[in-house]
Amino acid sequence: MTPILELRGLSKTFGGLQVLQDLDISVGTGEIVSVIGPNGAGKTTLFNIISGIYQPDSGEILLDGASILGSSPETIANLGIARTFQTLRVFLNMTVRENVMAATYGATRTRLWQSALRTPSARREEKEVRAIAEEKLGFFGDRLMGYRWDQPAYSLSYANRRRLEIARATATNPRLLMLDEPAAGMNPAETHEITELIGRLREEAGYSILVIEHDMHVVEGISDRVVALDHGEKIAEGSFDDVATDDKVVEAYLGYGAAQSK
Amino acid sequence: MSEIGVDQWVEQSGDRQEQYSGRTAPIRRLFDSLRPGWRLVIFLLLAAAYPLVVSQSGVRIGITVLLLAMLALGLNIVVGWAGLLDLGYVAFYGFGAYFYAIVTSNQLPAHWPTWIAIPVIVATTALLGALLSLPSRRLVGDYLAIMTLFFAQIFGEVVRNFERLPGVSEDLDLTGGPNGITGVEPWKLFGYEFGTFNRNFYLLLVLLGLLIVALHNINDSRTGRAWRALREDTLAAEHMTTPVNRLKMLAFAVGAAIAGLAGTIFASVQVGVFPNNFVLLFLITIYAAVILGGLGSIPGVVLGAIVIAYTPEMLRDPSTAGVLFYVGLVALTVAMLKKWRLVATALAGLVILGYAVRWAALAIWGDSILGTANDTLISRVLDGWLLVLGQSQEVVTSYAFVLAIVGALGVIAAQNWWRVVWLIPTLYLAILVWENKLALQPSVTRQLLFGGILMVMMAVRPQGLLGIRQVEIT
Repeated sequence: MTPILELRGLSKTFGGLQVLQDLDISVGTGEIVSVIGPNGAGKTTLFNIISGIYQPDSGEILLDGASILGSSPETIANLGIARTFQTLRVFLNMTVRENVMAATYGATRTRLWQSALRTPSARREEKEVRAIAEEKLGFFGDRLMGYRWDQPAYSLSYANRRRLEIARATATNPRLLMLDEPAAGMNPAETHEITELIGRLREEAGYSILVIEHDMHVVEGISDRVVALDHGEKIAEGSFDDVATDDKVVEAYLGYGAAQSK
Repeated sequence: MSEIGVDQWVEQSGDRQEQYSGRTAPIRRLFDSLRPGWRLVIFLLLAAAYPLVVSQSGVRIGITVLLLAMLALGLNIVVGWAGLLDLGYVAFYGFGAYFYAIVTSNQLPAHWPTWIAIPVIVATTALLGALLSLPSRRLVGDYLAIMTLFFAQIFGEVVRNFERLPGVSEDLDLTGGPNGITGVEPWKLFGYEFGTFNRNFYLLLVLLGLLIVALHNINDSRTGRAWRALREDTLAAEHMTTPVNRLKMLAFAVGAAIAGLAGTIFASVQVGVFPNNFVLLFLITIYAAVILGGLGSIPGVVLGAIVIAYTPEMLRDPSTAGVLFYVGLVALTVAMLKKWRLVATALAGLVILGYAVRWAALAIWGDSILGTANDTLISRVLDGWLLVLGQSQEVVTSYAFVLAIVGALGVIAAQNWWRVVWLIPTLYLAILVWENKLALQPSVTRQLLFGGILMVMMAVRPQGLLGIRQVEIT
């Protein structure tokens, strides 16, 4: 079976800095793959390349076997890769519902003049989009419930903004969901909740998921496979237990001495 | 009471916004309870009644107000929704006006009928807007502003200097150069000529009503949301399937089309166009309307246009200006002191100070220093209390003016009772200067008062009169 996402020999330099080096990663359909690594390992750059912000110097990116290299972020999103951001990027001065509705732009067809006149087809589509937004927000249960939908996004707590970002990403109707540190800045209870949520995103909504995470409890809880990066190179890949005890990974996180005295 | 993570503050935020405080609460609640459609109907009915109760010059002012409202709504698309700082906007207005003037005056042999001219002009202006959006693919914020500012300047220069097309007949004068174009024909639709102020006013009102409905619908549509999303975070919007470049182009084009349409009516009403109609000062006026009313809010922007265009006209009349001045003084006093006891003390002190100064001055210099009071109701009431000067007016008022400003600074710096102590002489000096000097020079005073009113309004409501408080994007 072809993996949903396949990266072959991806390399990227910023000036003299080698950020990614000959990287091969694949995500199977329905799989949850975690990318770990110390700060500066190139994890977010990897996401930025996949989602089309940067172009790699060399290598190939395949979505369902077809190359998406050189496509704009908008095209890639339409093709079925959605992402969240490490530094939250919700639309602060729009309501919660509008945030999610905005992500359906690529899937809707109403023209400007139809919107201006509120033609029947425009109304129908608007209704559908509303329903989609409410369904996506409903996925988060009590956390992003009814009364919050008409509040501006800036009135949400930090954890809720993260949830909103995930809801917004799912509204683009993706096949692959890329989550950049979904548990960053959350308390233990919320972290636990995020772990369950990522599981549910796969089980109930059927997304394949590529996730960057620093919290090892989350990584342990969700991953089918873990990829460890350091200085842009893949230093280990496999199950959580294999990667967590890998000498190179311990060295990357804790230094050479720690790896030797293990 | 609630579980972890569900913060009560957020939960109650709806209730908090419901409970307006202060004396304006019932009015604001009533306004909120009205559906947008009814608000528009009320506005249109009031506006439609306006020409019935004012003179022709009043209708002319009304046309200016409606034109500014239309322009402000167009600019609001680009700046308020899409978040693109467009300083070339006034050029689209000028382009529409000049285009209309050229094809309906004697500049060209052929005169276009309105039903052809208007669609062609609106479409061409939209195209020009789309063209100007090209720099916005790479530039945002200040950089885009400078770029588009160039465009506005180029337009002005072209209009002033591009009288003849090189290589084409010497007789062909396109823009009329610095003299502009005169003898422009009014709009003619279905055999109906919009030649009077009244007809143009109602034409504009109908167009404005349609525009407001359309924009209201668009704001709540996929396009409106996409515009606002790219204002909030262009990169995130792009990742959420929004074709940002196409939407920027669309925002520029729609904004420009509205400006172009407004331009044609302007040219038709003025029966001519001149380069000075489309200078940067007017661009700033449009921006002022949008910002004062509340960036992004349709009723706000219309209200902003009304305030910006109407206030200076209102201030032309000295007695109105006087009323505004004293209302402003009282409002400022209340705002500065807040407690009624302090306000009462300040007013009592002011009355006593006035009589004391008058008595002392007359005791020292005698009756000969007195002049005659202004011929407005308030001035006549104040006569006998205030020192209305004769010959020495110029010198005294100049010093008093400076002292009043020093006093105002003192008022701002002081607290509680000290503030009252500062306020009493400051108020007296302000009234002295007003009655002795400013009220006699309406042309200067008008601008001063207008500026003061705008500053106070913005200080009280930084988000604009009907704007929604927005948070900075971090």
